[in-house]
Amino acid sequence: MSTVSDAAYQAPGLVYETEHHHDHFSPQKSYMGFWIFMMSDLIIFGLFFATYGTMLGKPSIAGGPGPKEAFELSGAAWETVALLLSTFTFGLASLAMKYDMGKQKILTWMGVTLFLGLCFLGLELREFVTMFHEGHVPQRSGFLSAFFGLVPLHGLHVTSGSIWLIIMMIRIATGPIDELTKSRVARLALFWHFLDLIWVGIFSIVYLGGLA
Amino acid sequence: MRLGEERTPWRQPEARRLIRRAAVPLALGAATLLSGCVHGDNGFMDPQGFVAAEQHEHFWQVTWITLIVVLPVIVGVPWLAWHYRYSNKKATYRPHWDFNHALEWVMWLVPVAIIVVLSTLLWIDTHKLDPYRPIASEKAPLRVQVVGLDWKWLFIYPDYHVATVGQLVFPQDRPVSMTLTSDTVMQSFTVPALVGQIYVMPGMVTKLNMNAFKTGKWDGMNTQYNGDGFHEQHFVAQAVSPDDFKAWVTKVQGDGVAMNQMGYSKLSQSSTPEQVHKTFASTAMPDGVTWFNNVAPGFFNQIVNRYMNGKPVTREQQPGSVAYNARMGTAKTE
Amino acid sequence: MNSDHTSALFGRMDLESLDFLKVFLHPFDTNLLILSGAAWVVILGGIFVVAVMTYMKWWKPLFLDWLISVDHKKIGVMYIVLAFIMLLRGVIEGVVMRAQQADGLHGGFLSADHYAQLFSTHGTIMIFFMLMPFLTGLMNVAVPLQIGARDVSFPMLNSVSLGLTIGGAVLVMVSLVLGEFTTGGWTAYPPYTGSAFQPGVGPDYWIWSVTLSGIGATLTGMNFVVTIYKERAPGMTFFRMPMFTWTALCTAILMVFAMPPLTVASAMLLLDRYADFHFFTNDLGGNMMNYANLFWLFGHPEVYILVLPAFGVFSEVTATFSGKRLYGYGSLVVATMAIAVLSFTVWLHHFFTMGQDSNVNAAFGIATMLIGIPTGVKIYDWMATMYRGRVRFTVAMLWTINFMVLFVLGGLSGIILANPSIDFQTHNTLFLVAHFHNVLIPGVFFGMMAGYNYWFPKLFGFRLNDFWGYVSVWGWTIGFMLVFFPLYVVGLEGMTRRTVSYTDPAYLPWMLLSGLGAIIVTIGLIGIVMQLYVSIRDKEKTLDIGGDPWDARTLEWATPSPVPAYNFPVIPHIHAREAFAVAKEAGAGYQQPTKYTDIHLPGNTWMGVVMMVFGTGFAFAMIWYMWWLAILCLAIVVVSFVGRAIRGDRHPHIVKAADIEREHNAWLEKVRTITPVNREQELKQANLGVAAPEYMEAAQ
Repeated sequence: MSTVSDAAYQAPGLVYETEHHHDHFSPQKSYMGFWIFMMSDLIIFGLFFATYGTMLGKPSIAGGPGPKEAFELSGAAWETVALLLSTFTFGLASLAMKYDMGKQKILTWMGVTLFLGLCFLGLELREFVTMFHEGHVPQRSGFLSAFFGLVPLHGLHVTSGSIWLIIMMIRIATGPIDELTKSRVARLALFWHFLDLIWVGIFSIVYLGGLA
Repeated sequence: MRLGEERTPWRQPEARRLIRRAAVPLALGAATLLSGCVHGDNGFMDPQGFVAAEQHEHFWQVTWITLIVVLPVIVGVPWLAWHYRYSNKKATYRPHWDFNHALEWVMWLVPVAIIVVLSTLLWIDTHKLDPYRPIASEKAPLRVQVVGLDWKWLFIYPDYHVATVGQLVFPQDRPVSMTLTSDTVMQSFTVPALVGQIYVMPGMVTKLNMNAFKTGKWDGMNTQYNGDGFHEQHFVAQAVSPDDFKAWVTKVQGDGVAMNQMGYSKLSQSSTPEQVHKTFASTAMPDGVTWFNNVAPGFFNQIVNRYMNGKPVTREQQPGSVAYNARMGTAKTE
Repeated sequence: MNSDHTSALFGRMDLESLDFLKVFLHPFDTNLLILSGAAWVVILGGIFVVAVMTYMKWWKPLFLDWLISVDHKKIGVMYIVLAFIMLLRGVIEGVVMRAQQADGLHGGFLSADHYAQLFSTHGTIMIFFMLMPFLTGLMNVAVPLQIGARDVSFPMLNSVSLGLTIGGAVLVMVSLVLGEFTTGGWTAYPPYTGSAFQPGVGPDYWIWSVTLSGIGATLTGMNFVVTIYKERAPGMTFFRMPMFTWTALCTAILMVFAMPPLTVASAMLLLDRYADFHFFTNDLGGNMMNYANLFWLFGHPEVYILVLPAFGVFSEVTATFSGKRLYGYGSLVVATMAIAVLSFTVWLHHFFTMGQDSNVNAAFGIATMLIGIPTGVKIYDWMATMYRGRVRFTVAMLWTINFMVLFVLGGLSGIILANPSIDFQTHNTLFLVAHFHNVLIPGVFFGMMAGYNYWFPKLFGFRLNDFWGYVSVWGWTIGFMLVFFPLYVVGLEGMTRRTVSYTDPAYLPWMLLSGLGAIIVTIGLIGIVMQLYVSIRDKEKTLDIGGDPWDARTLEWATPSPVPAYNFPVIPHIHAREAFAVAKEAGAGYQQPTKYTDIHLPGNTWMGVVMMVFGTGFAFAMIWYMWWLAILCLAIVVVSFVGRAIRGDRHPHIVKAADIEREHNAWLEKVRTITPVNREQELKQANLGVAAPEYMEAAQ
């Protein structure tokens, strides 16, 4: 176990430099680049949200199921619990990494995060299957198309994040926790928290908004 | 000297370059003069109705005002290039001069002032010429319902229970108040000599109001591309005297083909006004024009609501689609 | 038209998809002759290129020196090469359309469908595969050098962006040979491009080519934002950056925020077409107006992405060839940022006629006119730069001067169009077409050509030929005017756009004039080709060894020509704006560093090639419903990307300090032996790239 550097205590987050760079890699540049990439992703989600907003009216529902018929709050609520908890546990994993609390702790919290993420995905898949059985498919109306554009887009992102998380866990288990690894976890953390934020939006606007 | 081969590097002689410097503004001047030759058979440069006349006026207003900021560039740039050319040793040279407060104020504020003036005009004119705004008149407007099909416009006269393809006849003493839709894809209806355009979309209704100053015939068309026959989606807008209009309506009511469901299904196949005429018309109708009568009340609304009733419109039922044309047999020839 | 016949192996491809066979079924059809002819040009052209590459043994250097390179200069050159190739096709398509309309009174020689594909590919190619690569290429070439950096922040992603852009272009070229392209224009509005009305491959070609290159552009934007923020040399504050870098920064930010709406619009259209969704359909609650909003949320900032780098070039060129400091730097920066921000507030002006409320139309109309203010200020600033300067009429400067005069007319027609009341007449007419060509050709294209002529010697070590340069400038200038000014006229006379033929004889003289203009534009195009050929053939006559052929002002000129891979032997410390000009005036233009250190450069990468091949393969497979191929290519792309992300750069490259010192000293030696020339000698053989100071002549 290495001693925690001053840089770790001074930097507010996960991104800080401890080594002088000969090669091209820089945690700060990678992090900034990833932030900007997330901004473009935010635009994509924002536009799917906006489209969904325009398709809540009667014409877009086209005589099919509206939010009240199509959505079920309890499933969405449990998904929210899972995802919000997972963001918290990822935070714990990040702290464990920043303050060099050891691989065991890091991997445990990452594992819990992964489990919660997979729960989220499982619940969401179950919700979609139920909807399909009831004929609430995107082919039915503009409203349902907008729903099935937005929410599975988020789900695909969570799936990618989960795969990424698995890869990082393997890296951490089998290799050193150097600056590069910490920088990658920082980006993954940003991604994961971003997805949680999008979900808060989905839960509020789509589910709570629709069923209120 | 072979083309491209240089014993001495090729350099444009002063005089030739100066003439070339003048070429651009000269060409522009010529173009501006030529533009006076715009004699708008069709367009709003020779407006024939209230809306087009207003648009014509706005166009020149905006142009002249904007030229205040544009002309200095067209005149100034060639002059600057010529006066401060490298070979002119007499011109002042200030290589470090890169800022002047007064100039900044002028550069920013003059365009701002122009835009303030233009914005005021824009706000007023946009509201004045809102396509949905009825045209002031003592007489009630003629109601026409317009359906965009591939590749013709169907004009329904709900008060007379007739419909036409290929011509829009209306009385000169009243404005025309149109409600429009499409039964295929997004299109754009216009009669440039009289009024601007408005988009039409399936399942939706838009509006347009126009009138004509005098009797006459003008070209109308679609400006939003919708397939192979797009270039043929034209019609004649014709303003006639009130008496002539009454006579025309009577004629259509008498000589028209009955508009029924089957007829409309055939009509909404992809075809041009010429082909519609060949399919439906009798010798009583002018070339390229088709008349329908017995148009049921609510016919237009039926067309609109078909997309809004929560039931799917399958490919085979969708006019303009490949499957619809295949199902109806090929009326369109190629 | 493709049949419904699908097979597992070939998807929905069948004999009818093979464009090169069509003319043999109807030998005397002019229309099919052109169609099949184009397919054969692509096929034979491809075979010819392969043959030449093999005979000259260029395959190995193509891959090892160029395609897998992460050097921003090489990537920039490849982007510009792509742009020129697509320019050839785009101009030919434009000329064919002009010919058709010159012959179009009552018919012409093209079928309506062919004409519609032409205007669709023409727009798509010129914007996505000519202008975008051109400006991205110039940004790649110049920005890292201007800020004193060694490369961009993410060199591997840079290569990926290039690969994706090339992939999109390849798809558009393939559409000439297999199947057809959409007939819905470069804007591809549904429901016309929906599966009910165009079930064939056409709109899918558009969707995938635009999506591939759009992702590439988003990554480029991200790359350059981080590069400009993070890689600037010490001492180069934001307000010491050259104007081209400022415009590149704003362009990059626009790319990050404006490309996603296009991705969303085309993704939704994709879902409608492939999976029967109802985003934009006629029935069951689709809303086609959303597409217009989404597309133009992208489309309007896109045109500022196109024009801002051109404005940056004009700033550099005007200052350099007026022998003077750029006037109004602060105003130019503020104006650039204002344009970038405002560009997101005006998108509705592309569909004033869609039936919205007057208040909405008026608000967007006013916002649209507002952009004219910072744009006008920029032009006045360039005029003020020429004022009391000593203007030299090099090819780059002529592109710039002609831009200034012609572009403002496009601005005038823009202000006219910004007024909804007038736009109800002029929308979708040839007046509109004339307007946007007026701003794209004299605005963007002239800027690209100016940048090309300006920076060419820096990259290749010799200047471009001037005679053919002047031919290209004047061919394009006069040609542009003759093609498009008549279109303003017929547009005002009520002629709609995208129409294959017309029946009003009043249009004919203007169409003929426009056709003549197309011939002159072609002369300009030939000028560009000849210029390159003659320059390479006669390069000994226009050598640039000293690196400063134009007595220029910004940092990139303080390097040898061509620039070594590592750009600067020692990263310079910056003390002023227009750093190189200031240094030269102080007699310190060519400095000898005191200490050299090893330089670490990023290694080559196969990721760009992988993205190009398998990204394009995936898209092609999706277009033709060859699902097995789609899954295979997608898997390869994903695995490669993840693998590369995990492994990182395995082959970074170290250049030893001793080698750098040796190279640099050799170059400085050469520079010392070269006679500096003043600007009288600028275009002569005596100009070997070292500038004699002329500022001292003027007494301040």
